[in-house]
Amino acid sequence: MQCFSIKKLTAIISLLCFILITGCATKTPYDYSAFKEHKPRSILVLPPLNKSLEVGAPYVYLSRVTQPLAERGYYVFPVAVVDELMKENGLPSSAEMHNVPLSKIKEIINPDAVLYITIDNWGQKYQLISSTAMVIVSGKLIDVDTGTLLWEGHAEAIQQSDDGGGGLAGMLVSALVTQIVGQQVDLTVGLARRANYQLFHTKDQGLLEGPYREESTNLGQP
Amino acid sequence: MKHFKITLIAFSAILFSGCAQQQHTNMYHWGAYEDVIYKTYENPGELSVQEQIELFNADIIEAQNEGKKVSPGFYAHLGYLYFSDGDYAAASQAFDMEQTLFPESGPFLTGITDRMKEGE
Repeated sequence: MQCFSIKKLTAIISLLCFILITGCATKTPYDYSAFKEHKPRSILVLPPLNKSLEVGAPYVYLSRVTQPLAERGYYVFPVAVVDELMKENGLPSSAEMHNVPLSKIKEIINPDAVLYITIDNWGQKYQLISSTAMVIVSGKLIDVDTGTLLWEGHAEAIQQSDDGGGGLAGMLVSALVTQIVGQQVDLTVGLARRANYQLFHTKDQGLLEGPYREESTNLGQP
Repeated sequence: MKHFKITLIAFSAILFSGCAQQQHTNMYHWGAYEDVIYKTYENPGELSVQEQIELFNADIIEAQNEGKKVSPGFYAHLGYLYFSDGDYAAASQAFDMEQTLFPESGPFLTGITDRMKEGE
């Protein structure tokens, strides 16, 4: 009996390994030639386009994007100040902000590159014994002088409440707890942060390290 | 059991190397900057401009104690808060700090300062 369960476990683990290997290793590294040619120092993040049903998603996203991007080594313009000034200047929605010509952006803000984010999916779903929260985003980094695509990427951060075990009763309790907690703490806030780290920091898929990270590494800081 | 252990080790190795993100220690002190942004969008009015400025100033001291820079955008945002509060002198000082730390912000903040002076 014990032997059977170990075999079963091994099979499950092998399957997981297979999924992991196929999930990660088969992805060819991103072609960074345009990125390396332009070497952006400063990035302007515009409020994202929202394809999800969650009205507040763009602003939660905007409040979770600066750290992952700046810690990658780039100067990131103050996201909320930029949003505010654009609104004051007659651009009330992110769709309109995304349509501003690069020449105008260069004239007023002068970033090396503009990051256009789209929220593909965002939200929390409650089922009978589990709840799922997700943040799915994609992004394009555009060189402000030439309009060249420097990089694009996609990230999915998904959290399920039913991975704690403890049988059906345990699952029911955990779903209930997550729902109660979920009413106070929006899981998508943490997931937005996780999605952004995944988007910018994943090896061979994310952004290359920017000048501030390179400088701090050269100075011997961690 | 032995096979199981080997598989487990292999599995862990793949987990930690396969598609790992490149993690570093943070270069900047983050403090309240992004939480203030989150709160002011999520629940406008929960924090007054004065309270936000206090949180930012507390972060400046904490960053000094940690020996880290505050993050990109931090002083620009603080300057904007002072500007909304009508304190143009403090605003322009904060904008100068941002430009000293991050010269990339220069043209953008000079533009804001010019318009601020016109409005004065």
